[in-house]
Amino acid sequence: MQFSESWLRSLCNPSLSSEELCHVLTMAGLEVEERRPASADFSNVVVAEVLSVERHPDADKLKLCSVNVGEATPLQIVCGAPNVAAGMKVPCARVGAKLPGIEIKQAKVRGIESFGMLCSARELGLSDDHGGLLPLAADATVGEDIRRHLDLDDHLITLKLTPNRADCLSLLGIARELSALTGAPLLAPEVKPVAAVVADTREVVLDAPASCSRYCGRIIRGVNAKAPTPEWMKRRIERSGIRSISFLVDVTNYVMLELGQPLHAFDDAELSGAIHVRLPKPGEQLLLLNEQTVTPSADTALIADDEKPLAMAGVMGGEHSGINDSTRDLFLESAFFPPAAIAGKARAFGFSSDASHRYERGVDFELQRKAIERATQLIVDTCGGKPGPVMEAVAAGHLPQRRPVRLRSARAARVLGITLPEARIEAMLRGLGLHLEKTSEGFSVTPPSFRFDIEIEEDLIEEIARIHGYDNIPSQPPVARMAMMPATESSRSPMSLRRAVAERDFHEVVTYSFVDAMWESDFAANRAPIMLANPIASHMGVMRSSLIGSLVGVLVANRKRQAERVRVFELGRCFNKDAGAGPGTGFAQPMRLAGLAAGTAFPEQWGSAGGRVDFYDIKADVEALFAPRRLEFIKAEHPALHPGRCATVSLDGRPAGILGELHPRWVQKYELGTAPVVFELELAALLATPFPHYDEVSRFPAVIRDLALVVAQNQPLAPLLAALRATAPAIVRDVALFDVYQGKGLGENEKSLAFRIVMQDTQRTLEDAEVEAAIASLLAVATRDFNASLRG
Amino acid sequence: MDKLDQLVASATSDFAAATEPAKLEDAKARYLGKEGSLTALLKGLGKLPADERKSAGTAINIAKERIESALTTRRDALKNAQLEAQLATEALDVTLPGRGLPRGSLHPVTISLDRIEQLFRSIGFEVAEGPEIETDWYNFTALNTPENHPARSMHDTFYLLGDDGKVQDDVLLRTHTSPVQIRSMLAHTERYKHLEMLPELRVICPGRVYRVDSDATHSPMFHQVEGLWIGESVSFADLKGVVADFLRRFFESDDLKVRFRPSFFPFTEPSAEIDVAFMSGALEGRWLEIAGCGMVHPNVLRFGGFDPEKYTGFAFGMGPDRLTMLRYSIPDLRLFFEGDLRFLSQFQ
Repeated sequence: MQFSESWLRSLCNPSLSSEELCHVLTMAGLEVEERRPASADFSNVVVAEVLSVERHPDADKLKLCSVNVGEATPLQIVCGAPNVAAGMKVPCARVGAKLPGIEIKQAKVRGIESFGMLCSARELGLSDDHGGLLPLAADATVGEDIRRHLDLDDHLITLKLTPNRADCLSLLGIARELSALTGAPLLAPEVKPVAAVVADTREVVLDAPASCSRYCGRIIRGVNAKAPTPEWMKRRIERSGIRSISFLVDVTNYVMLELGQPLHAFDDAELSGAIHVRLPKPGEQLLLLNEQTVTPSADTALIADDEKPLAMAGVMGGEHSGINDSTRDLFLESAFFPPAAIAGKARAFGFSSDASHRYERGVDFELQRKAIERATQLIVDTCGGKPGPVMEAVAAGHLPQRRPVRLRSARAARVLGITLPEARIEAMLRGLGLHLEKTSEGFSVTPPSFRFDIEIEEDLIEEIARIHGYDNIPSQPPVARMAMMPATESSRSPMSLRRAVAERDFHEVVTYSFVDAMWESDFAANRAPIMLANPIASHMGVMRSSLIGSLVGVLVANRKRQAERVRVFELGRCFNKDAGAGPGTGFAQPMRLAGLAAGTAFPEQWGSAGGRVDFYDIKADVEALFAPRRLEFIKAEHPALHPGRCATVSLDGRPAGILGELHPRWVQKYELGTAPVVFELELAALLATPFPHYDEVSRFPAVIRDLALVVAQNQPLAPLLAALRATAPAIVRDVALFDVYQGKGLGENEKSLAFRIVMQDTQRTLEDAEVEAAIASLLAVATRDFNASLRG
Repeated sequence: MDKLDQLVASATSDFAAATEPAKLEDAKARYLGKEGSLTALLKGLGKLPADERKSAGTAINIAKERIESALTTRRDALKNAQLEAQLATEALDVTLPGRGLPRGSLHPVTISLDRIEQLFRSIGFEVAEGPEIETDWYNFTALNTPENHPARSMHDTFYLLGDDGKVQDDVLLRTHTSPVQIRSMLAHTERYKHLEMLPELRVICPGRVYRVDSDATHSPMFHQVEGLWIGESVSFADLKGVVADFLRRFFESDDLKVRFRPSFFPFTEPSAEIDVAFMSGALEGRWLEIAGCGMVHPNVLRFGGFDPEKYTGFAFGMGPDRLTMLRYSIPDLRLFFEGDLRFLSQFQ
């Protein structure tokens, strides 16, 4: 809501500076979003009358003017404007005037002395119009400061109104609020009924009373549609951000801005019979003023005559029934459409209008007659015309109700944390135009017809707090009963996990949950992703089911910024359709941790070979993140990953994620150069932490033996190691792989796996015989089940 | 000087001349070895007359001890010299960089979220999370925002397409973390339904939220932290106290100015916007909008299972992205979501 400060001050003028006034409004919840001067700063420009115009003797395009600036002697001024003419009144910058960008000095123009400058609107910084001098009203007082004449010391104030404050979508509403806040009197315009001069009427029928519960209509015959809009009115509506179009349009906008009542003017010649407010017939269409043809939904009320639809009620007029320059007879509409009937209607067709914006938030339902009288008076004053009587149709049962709301002083004190005297509460609420009756516990408060946001006790408490001032409510440390919070050892926080990942040289990223459908297809083989109905861009059109695509995207972006070594991770949600899952949404939304490493395993550094990061480097990271729990890595396939370099990460027999090298196909398609290694793990599995388990520490020496087994080259380690561990005698405390060898001394399809066996007993020193027996039993298992032989 | 003194002097001199252990051992042999001169003197004792034998023996032994002592001293000296030479060759350039993996970084917004959690935990708030694809009921209806409420247009909501290609009207990408309020309230009232008076509910809900908006100050995905405190007598003055305290602790600035300004949210009444102004730095003295808050609307309390006559509460919602931008003087919101390592690696 934009408006002119001087207009507001004509309705309520507290003795506050412009800044103070804005602060008062902001701190009462009418947030001033912007305040700017109505014009650029300049001085010493006055209203002048051009007395005579002669040709400049030495320049064809220049003229020599004699100008009256209200002093005894006229000034001689050289002027080049095409529209300069004797008798016109124009702004004159006098010698010494400072205009935006220039200072006016006495000067010779082509040999002739000039004592000032006649100005265009652009030269005064008022608009971009530089077509000629700015013509002033014929009755302007010569010599008057132009800033005063055009009210240029005004400010344009823009309020960022919250949707509950429809009552402040008018100058009168803001003035009413300002009056309540400051105590300055409200100077509402006096509106008197304009007596009918002609008897012409149109019947008004409320066929859909739920959609329109009050409708005032009036014919005005014989108006001059070409009458210019008075300067003061034009200035006020333009400073409210509404373009001046023609007087009849301007006057409807003016009354809407002033009182808050949207009006519509029909060309009466286009109407036939009675005016109906009704719901649309099936398939009925209407061409609106914005040249959009709409087929209104069944619950969208129309204004119609006996034959045809005329307008979308409370939203926008129709193209064919509106007024134009040749309109002679008007039919003026001032109606009340309840918020529920208008809410969402304009949005459904992708636009908004000043009328719908007000109606869907709530227009004073007792304002219609007053507004039509106000508009009639302004019309008759400016462009003549003979008004008929006001026809008012009311569906009383459908008008909004204003029920009394209970206000308990004790409740207000409890909610706000301060106790205010009842007299103070009463004064504040009365100041807002609320009707109060004293009760035993406080008040019974009936809101006025212009307030649509007071239905419950809390709404009144807010009004009290607002007028009292939020600043005047103390800021107090709360008092509470304390209880210790649980601190479990069986899980850790996502934050501590993030730190652990960052400690291993990964940088955390946050990427969008909506991704390119191609990523879903490439990296998750997801051909039916969850699609957004209204994505902001086509490459952000689907919800991701995997974080891998996003991390590849980060890699691509960083490669463009010349980063070769990229190690990133993200902790975020993935989304899958799953009718049975999710908290009632039909979507599974697990949190996952994903990481990606590309480039060298270590940053380029002296004394290290600088090898490329590989599967085992990142496997160590994954193992460390789960430590001390032991993972199983099971050879697997995944659409994103190299089929020979991909494993399911399994914890306690359940899959907890995947790890692998990106598939060469995607390395090539996304121009990555070398293959990154990626992992994606379930957060729930990562957060669970085992409770520490105590094993007795032995006082007796450990015996350590190495066992090198020759096995087939394609023998995976895991089953062999698992078998050794499972079948080892009780004295074996640990079996661990410490070397893998292929090459000289072994067959082409063989490799040697070297294990370190640690044996120890908590009760005694081991004897050689049982050590040898243990090793023999391990060898026997390996030989029998894995075709292994002892390396010679 | 007698002969023995000469012998000691000669040995000491020979030892000193030996610059390496082998030569020292050679020198030792010349005096103390089987054929050594001192050994020869000892062997010659037997040939002396018995009355001279004792005193001569004593003198020889003294000389022998002196030679052995000189030898030991020289051995130690050589050993030390050798160690020092070794240490000299082993000296490193301690200014070369260390090797191994450096440390990665945490996202700056994560750092803020962690601080927010810690600060609120310190006064007994727990952390709760909720789904990001949310139902219309939790996101709007239960927050007192029925369909066609003008407040819905304050949120430009992302909707999903169903398998039939039609817009699904019952689910959406949550536009705020406030639905977690409702989930937390319902879980709390269910958990303690056997009690006559419910214990206080204190919870913060951090997470990602979505709105159809994208420019230098708006991202279609951003973060929010919702806070909720419900109890028997939680007041607006308490809300002011908690939020102002938090903001001053978060920015580590005791002179931070905080103001509460009336506003409107369907789920709180009274409602307020919170502005802060720093007393120093580039933004000194400017009011910056930083959060929305208010007393939980009675309808919302009812949706959450609380009787508004028995309980009151406050809620607030703030943008950790903006808090982070202010705290670290980051000019552009988009930097948070671009994954640029040059940016991210600054937050270790």
